[in-house]
Amino acid sequence: MKKKFIWRISLIAAATILSILFFLPSTSLVSSLPDWLKKYGITLGLDLQGGVHLVYEVDIDKTVDVTVERIASSLTNTFKEKKIVAKAEKQGLDIIISPDNDQTKKTVQEQFPTLILESQSEGKAFFRIDSAEVSRIKNSAVDQALETIRNRVDQFGVAEPTIHRQANTEIVIALPGVKDTRRAIDLVGKTALLEFKLLDDDSPLAAQLPGTVLPGQEENILKQYASQIPEGDQILFGKIRNRETQAETKSVYLVKKQALLTGDFLTEARVSIDQRYNEPYVSLSFDATGAKLFEQITANNIKKRLAIVLDDNVHSAPVIQDKIEGGNAQITGSFGMDEAKDLAIVLRSGSLPAPLKMLQNVTIGPSLGKDSIDAGIMAGIIGALLVIVFMIIYYKLSGVIADFALVLNIVFLVGALSAFKATLTMPGIAGIILAIGMAVDSNVLMFERMRDELRLGKTPRAAIDSGYDKAFWTIFDSHVTTLITAVVLYEFGTGPVKGFAVTLGVGVLINLFTALIGTKTVFDLITSKREVKKLSI
Amino acid sequence: MIEIIRNTKIDFMGKRFIALGFSALLTILGIVAAVQVARGTANLGIDFAGGTSVQIKFNTRLALHDVRKALEDGGIKEFDLQELPTENKVLISIKKSEANIGDLSGKIITVLSQKFSQSNVVVDSTTEIGPKVGGKLRKDSLNAILVATLGILIYVAFRFQFRFGVGATIATFHDVLAMLGIFYILGKEINLLLVTALLTIAGYSLTDTVVVFDRIRENMKTKFKKSTFDIVNESINEVLSRTIVTSLTVFLTAAALFVFGGEVIHDFAFAIMLGIIIGTYSSIFVASPIVIMLGKDKVLKKK
Repeated sequence: MKKKFIWRISLIAAATILSILFFLPSTSLVSSLPDWLKKYGITLGLDLQGGVHLVYEVDIDKTVDVTVERIASSLTNTFKEKKIVAKAEKQGLDIIISPDNDQTKKTVQEQFPTLILESQSEGKAFFRIDSAEVSRIKNSAVDQALETIRNRVDQFGVAEPTIHRQANTEIVIALPGVKDTRRAIDLVGKTALLEFKLLDDDSPLAAQLPGTVLPGQEENILKQYASQIPEGDQILFGKIRNRETQAETKSVYLVKKQALLTGDFLTEARVSIDQRYNEPYVSLSFDATGAKLFEQITANNIKKRLAIVLDDNVHSAPVIQDKIEGGNAQITGSFGMDEAKDLAIVLRSGSLPAPLKMLQNVTIGPSLGKDSIDAGIMAGIIGALLVIVFMIIYYKLSGVIADFALVLNIVFLVGALSAFKATLTMPGIAGIILAIGMAVDSNVLMFERMRDELRLGKTPRAAIDSGYDKAFWTIFDSHVTTLITAVVLYEFGTGPVKGFAVTLGVGVLINLFTALIGTKTVFDLITSKREVKKLSI
Repeated sequence: MIEIIRNTKIDFMGKRFIALGFSALLTILGIVAAVQVARGTANLGIDFAGGTSVQIKFNTRLALHDVRKALEDGGIKEFDLQELPTENKVLISIKKSEANIGDLSGKIITVLSQKFSQSNVVVDSTTEIGPKVGGKLRKDSLNAILVATLGILIYVAFRFQFRFGVGATIATFHDVLAMLGIFYILGKEINLLLVTALLTIAGYSLTDTVVVFDRIRENMKTKFKKSTFDIVNESINEVLSRTIVTSLTVFLTAAALFVFGGEVIHDFAFAIMLGIIIGTYSSIFVASPIVIMLGKDKVLKKK
């Protein structure tokens, strides 16, 4: 007789021990645990431990645009090298080749087989990148952006970042536990396109432009001089901070649009300290190709000014005094230590292939998370106590049994969440608390059935069995339907809501176990030892 | 035995027309609210509408109009200011979705930190959501509700008869719409957490409905001489004490969440409390009458 439920008791005991074991890594005992166990435990969601959740969209159209521009300028160079008198121009997504003849067309198709001849008119040939190639460019832009962001976050040092692609062009970044959130956002989202551009000081406009303007005036300057900007030039600005007063102004520069050198050739970017002003700056090293280019540029443009431009902001524009060999350069500018460090990180990990557009930014400070956990635990304890006391008053000894199942339920739920390394969010805590209220439902269904059977005059033993049997399918059906909602919530939910779905779903499954095995075992134990005359229910 | 009720013989189904009238009212309210949500004219949360919200904690209590003035002087426009007085917190939200998320939250924080430097400004949270995300979340939420109810319809129709599935599904829709409608009338914010609450209640209400249906099915097998009408009435009465006890325990935990669970979860807990009442009501007064109406037997013949 007793043998019948020995395995059930061992199952419950084993599940309890395992639950506690898996939960241990989430407590302060974590450091004294063996390594195999350390990887388990509940992870706190962003909303509970603080951090940043970002969603960006990669501006892939821009990537295509830039590619078209690059092809056009490369073709122009080829024509020059081959001494062909021809022009390649970008117009929208088209590349216009003039004149349109066999020689030019052959050159284009040899160098860029992915270009398709779209139409010909007035002695011009219109080429366009073929659509398969366009989608490849777009796709690889997102991949590359993802990779670059991973690099940056790694170097910034975040414990457990999640960075993944969503839909086609979106990148989701979760950085839990990050304290300096603003800095992290700047670091991730910066395009970090480093360009070296010559100033066009020979243009008459250069003399007319004001040297510096107040911050906020940039738009006005651009509007005012828009019509006078020579072809192939652009106006850029640079931030200047006065060392004594800390006041900020913006320098105005007229530069040639074409970048002579970009950050693509960088091998290293480090923070160094300027001895004179004790200010940090970033020193750059180019690879062999970059170094050679830099040498040429400096040799050909002595006494001219070369602007170091990062994402269309001029950091400095020193006068080239002499040919520079060895491929080293510096970015100076008024920045603090953190800013310089982050700049070095973004330069090292390379520029993003396209600008990012921020779609979503959720930042949670660490104190709010702690408040939420405290409040959640408080609500949980009080909610559980209310239910436990109610059950004892209403169902007497049977209520105690239900409460035993309830406690098992909570222990298993926490254990299961730890074993799955689930992420606990605030709605997740709410899910656990609600599960406490719903957990007794199965027992209530059984008890009410048992009461019905007792009223019919059945013995306690018979009432337990038939009450249990009759309630079984009701309990099963009601659990399956809740499970359906949990699965749907998980599928459609994001972040915190997913966390809620997990606790709800796991809670339902565990509840099925504790109600059907846990409670029944206790009843069987009681009634097997002696003949029970009266059931305390 | 302590019993809340015993051997009740309440004629629930006799009152079905009054109940259906009441339910129709709630449902219409819910549909109006849903239309308003779709049009974007309801009090949508930042997560659905797009925009910016910043929650700031001070170490002293600040007058709300001072904060308002500081923000206005700092050039922040069209913001809502809300106070969480127990904890010296303010919530600033700007429901204006711009194509490109700017640095609005940074500006708000800078303005307040400069103005109230003595009050130790701590940023609790900032949320910036672009219109694309808001639209997607709204669509996803709607899909979630539709898929969940469809799944329920299929399961219940499979386990019971088709008319039970219809009854359960309509009751679930009723609950979701009624809660949405009440939240709309109360001017509470309609956000992702509310949708979570709606789906939770959909699940809870369904459990309740299944328990009633299960008893109806059982009684149909044993008491086949009686009319559906009587069987439904008897079944509801038989499970009534279970219904009350379970609703009470879940309500107790939701109430604990409401009182002690903190600001983040406050409205969610309120929605759950409301939903428990509506869900329990709908199992009896919405789902069950539909089963009677869709039956082919001596259905509408009143006893």
